[in-house]
Amino acid sequence: MFDDLTDLYQQVILDHSKSPRNFHKLANANRTAQGHNPLCGDHYTIYAVMDGDVIKDIGFQGAGCAISKASASILTDTLKGKTKTEVKALFDKVHDMVTTGKVNDGEIGKLAVFAGVHKFPARVKCAILPWHAVVAAVEGRQEPVTTEMEDT
Amino acid sequence: MIAETTISTLSKKMIDWESLRADFPILHQKVHGHPLIYFDNAATSQKPRVVIDALRNYYERDNANVHRGIHELSNRATAGYEAARARAAKFINTRSADEIVFTRGTTEGINLVAHAWGGKNLKPGDKILLTEMEHHSNLVPWQLLAERTGAKLVYLPVTGDEGLLDLSKLDSLLTKEVKLFAMVHISNSLGTVNPVAELCERARKLGIVTLVDAAQSAGHCPVDAGQIGCDFLAFSGHKICGPTGIGVLYGRQELLEAMPPWQGGGEMILSVDFFKTTYKHAPHRFEAGTPDISGPIGLHAAMDYLDGIGRDNIFKHDQELAGYAYEQLARLTNIRLFGPKTGRAGVVSFLLKDVHAHDVVTVADQRGVALRGGHHCTQPLMRKLGIESTARASFYFYNTKAEVDRFVEVVREIQKFFAG
Ligand SMILES: Cc1ncc(COP(=O)(O)O)c(C=O)c1O
Repeated sequence: MFDDLTDLYQQVILDHSKSPRNFHKLANANRTAQGHNPLCGDHYTIYAVMDGDVIKDIGFQGAGCAISKASASILTDTLKGKTKTEVKALFDKVHDMVTTGKVNDGEIGKLAVFAGVHKFPARVKCAILPWHAVVAAVEGRQEPVTTEMEDT
Repeated sequence: MIAETTISTLSKKMIDWESLRADFPILHQKVHGHPLIYFDNAATSQKPRVVIDALRNYYERDNANVHRGIHELSNRATAGYEAARARAAKFINTRSADEIVFTRGTTEGINLVAHAWGGKNLKPGDKILLTEMEHHSNLVPWQLLAERTGAKLVYLPVTGDEGLLDLSKLDSLLTKEVKLFAMVHISNSLGTVNPVAELCERARKLGIVTLVDAAQSAGHCPVDAGQIGCDFLAFSGHKICGPTGIGVLYGRQELLEAMPPWQGGGEMILSVDFFKTTYKHAPHRFEAGTPDISGPIGLHAAMDYLDGIGRDNIFKHDQELAGYAYEQLARLTNIRLFGPKTGRAGVVSFLLKDVHAHDVVTVADQRGVALRGGHHCTQPLMRKLGIESTARASFYFYNTKAEVDRFVEVVREIQKFFAG
């Protein structure tokens, strides 16, 4: 009955949006970055504890739709222990997946639940917003990022 | 009073609202497998066949530049363009067609006033009074003007979720520093109908210039610039069944005549020397360059079409649908509704508990229901209400009660879907 919709709002996504993981500020964070979607007002702050190039701990706060919140939640679950280079490589894979629907390889793991987003062009920015923020965080950029930097 | 009601009830009965749907080719389609229910009329309206035909006729038979040629086609194009100006004057009851400036839309009309009138008349220490429910287009141009001139912005507050202007604060805000009071007639995010005639009267007594943003009202209820008593009034063609890219700015003649041009170019000049130019009278002084010509011609057809139905009738229909939608939604649990309980225009904004407005809109779209989710270009208002966004259904005369029923059913389904 809700075909494309259940593709978009997979159970895992609904679950994470209702009870987001790592949904807190990290007092000892040495990197923070904000992401903002001016179209809908969704906004998130990513907090990361980095040891050199490695993410030791990561959390987030903010508000937005089910897609963006689940994306932030699953992202924080996935990125613990990853290096800056790995984060950027994953960003590219996720970006590719949510715009084309192609799930490339096993590496993407749990993030594959976002493949359905590609059928909803207006929602691609929601899924990708927390990713922009986390890349900014690991790169140590200060200025808030917005989805308007996205050319989709 | 009684006689009046009887007459309008009678004329209302004679309108076959269902059959008007046949005038709108776009309405008869399926979206994601469901019949389209277009509830995004506050963003833009759909176009009846007569408007589409007027545009086609113009390009197939009369297209030429205006006010320049002396050949037949140019004469026809000029006549069509100026006839549309006269029609717009009648549409909002101005004293003269010279008080009508064609613009790109409401936004450009307001920017024109901010530049040409504001640039000349505001100085540091002056105040611009706005309301907290303004659309960004009646807010950002004034912020820019304030930055240029050193004037300050002050706001008439909104009461809360009910979305009424707090008129008890008006007296203390209407001080002698206030030079301009700009206000929205019908709020696009709340559906509030503001008492613009009363507000303008109170401002006028103090010599304050007034501007009414009629983007949501011009095509939905009778709008009479004379009766409102404002100095400026702006609206957009695309929200009143006309084409995109054309709008109307009314300006009181004395004010328009005293305003300098805001853009220079062809069409707006009397004589150009290498170092000095003299300008045409208003309104032509404000229409530099080749204007949108098909736009006014399409808008003319739209204004005729709307007045054929009667904007008083349209308003009753809007209010009935919005009132009905509000009532039905109010029966649901876990819903927050915005805007006045009674007397609202054809806009219903709401939030479902724990479901973001964008998720509501995405699911509704899969059911063929076109809603809008977001801040509706009223971010300061949203912040004041402590929210980021709302989902919004906005109606026009081609919408039906059956569509509202279906929409409410879809909202129930959305609640279930996200609760599950
Ligand atoms: C109340 C109000 N004012 C101004 C505008 C701006 O109109 P436009 O974008 O056609 O210039 C809109 C529509 O978006 C509106 O709803």
